[in-house]
Amino acid sequence: MATQHSRSVARLMMAPAVVLLLGWMLVPLTMTLYFSFKKYLPLRGGDLGWVGFDNYVRFVSSSSFWPAVQATLVIVGGVLAITVVLGILLAMLLDQPMWGQGVVRILVIAPFFVMPTVSALVWKNMFMDPVNGLFAHLWRFFGAEPISWLSEASMPSIVMIVSWQWLPFATLILLTAIQSLDSEQLEAAEMDGAPPLKRFYHIILPHLGRAITIVILIQTIFLLSIFAEIFVTTGGAFGTRTLTYLIFQRVLESQNVGLGSAGGVYAIILANIVAIFLMRIVGKNLDA
Amino acid sequence: MGRIQLKSVTKSFGDVQVIPPLDLTIEDGEFTVFVGPSGCGKSTLLRLIAGLEDMTSGSMEIDGTDATDVPPAKRGLAMVFQSYALYPHMTVRKNIAFPLRMAKLEQAEIDRRVDGAASVLNLTDYLDRRPGQLSGGQRQRVAIGRAIVREPAAFLFDEPLSNLDAALRVGMRLEISELHERLATTMIYVTHDQVEAMTMADKIVVLHAGVIEQVGSPLDLYRAPRNLFVAGFIGSPKMNFIEGEEAAKHGAHTIGVRPEHIAVSDSEGPWSGKVSVSEHLGSDTFFHVHETGLAETITVRADGEVAFKHGDRIHLTPRSDVIHRFDAKGLRIE
Repeated sequence: MATQHSRSVARLMMAPAVVLLLGWMLVPLTMTLYFSFKKYLPLRGGDLGWVGFDNYVRFVSSSSFWPAVQATLVIVGGVLAITVVLGILLAMLLDQPMWGQGVVRILVIAPFFVMPTVSALVWKNMFMDPVNGLFAHLWRFFGAEPISWLSEASMPSIVMIVSWQWLPFATLILLTAIQSLDSEQLEAAEMDGAPPLKRFYHIILPHLGRAITIVILIQTIFLLSIFAEIFVTTGGAFGTRTLTYLIFQRVLESQNVGLGSAGGVYAIILANIVAIFLMRIVGKNLDA
Repeated sequence: MGRIQLKSVTKSFGDVQVIPPLDLTIEDGEFTVFVGPSGCGKSTLLRLIAGLEDMTSGSMEIDGTDATDVPPAKRGLAMVFQSYALYPHMTVRKNIAFPLRMAKLEQAEIDRRVDGAASVLNLTDYLDRRPGQLSGGQRQRVAIGRAIVREPAAFLFDEPLSNLDAALRVGMRLEISELHERLATTMIYVTHDQVEAMTMADKIVVLHAGVIEQVGSPLDLYRAPRNLFVAGFIGSPKMNFIEGEEAAKHGAHTIGVRPEHIAVSDSEGPWSGKVSVSEHLGSDTFFHVHETGLAETITVRADGEVAFKHGDRIHLTPRSDVIHRFDAKGLRIE
């Protein structure tokens, strides 16, 4: 890509993709911004004119806003903690030479290929059903009263389902990071008198630092917007209404497009704050 | 103290025996070099001594106590790895202090020892840097520093200079030799470079396919190689081997003559041939001589000022008192 000619050809070739992506992003963004400043109730009078920042104020001052923020944080935090901790352990396990390593690795990655709606349905009906679910059978086997997971322990259930989906991603990224660790460093630490736990703490964990940050940031962006898992299981009831789900309810259930759009703009700002950190770290990673 | 004794040690990976039964004693304070071509088992032998590999059979003693099943950290040995194996996220100070922190020494003692090692190795100005900000030679010194602060019974070096450029290598070679003079600790040094072996060692162990071919001082090995392999491996350029009629004259299957033991002349000498390549190093000139009727190529070392060139016919005279004689099995005939 050195000559003037090749550079202009490159621009020309990239143009369709860039225009498409820009359109894809700009049209919905502009529409969201446009509606967020309007009182727009499709079934109750339609477009009722400009209202300034009224929607933004109402969205934040609504009684369901702070519980939704809390629910979002609990889900994101819980899933991150579970996937990172289990991801590190699984990655170290899979890094050991063992029989059938290739097959085991593919099996570990498998949940990532299952669509969120499908996995949520499978969890809801096969595992968590209080009458026929596997957990119910297990509980009864030990003589305990089955838990109706999605109503009594709704938050832990959703965290569990989402963690199951995202654990493969974390494991995969952390496994590649662990594989890039120079084995001579571990041997040197062994000769320096570091027992296994200290080798983990002083050598492996610092080596994984960057990979862990990347897992946390990428997952945060996707976890902020989880929807299908909640829609299919609790439908936002029992304290599982996240910010994303609240926006959905405002727009489709309350048919208040303006209010929902204002919520959407808040979500965009939140996601972008995370994205800036992500870009910086990924960028630094590419430089190094 | 650091007297290391290996007793009929073997090592197999699966069905492949890389080290057949092997006995070796390394005396206290000795600088021993394991040398051999790549894949000869010298690094494996070092890792067996370090405890990073388990012996398949046999036993090992350090200072008279059995160390066969002692974990690596408890053997009192320090190792310098080929890749240096520095901890990239720690500063030089923390790297050097790491073994002391693991041994739970007091902070004041740790600081004293780290500063001591840093001044010995000229690292004082770099203590707060990370390994990534250092040059190859400096990283090498940090790795050595991390080894010496532990005050080990013996140092193990696994090809420590192979990642350095030629000039730096000569410098580090001297530094390691000086370090050995000063510390007088046992050192075991693995290399494939016979020049490093010759210049540094008190005792050279020549390995070939896991078997010890010969053990001795550098000059012993140079003067009296026990077999063809050692004769060809020690000395640079390589010894010339001549078979057939010429060897039979000396009552041997093969005779070996070192390039530095052949005199060159343009008119007289028992052997003659045509110069194919002449390499002028300034101090010396190496001639690669073809069409001698003895061997495919005879290498000759002459004075730097001798100026034969490609295609010249020259005559060669071997020094008769330093002709090495070998029998049909390749063993030396005294």
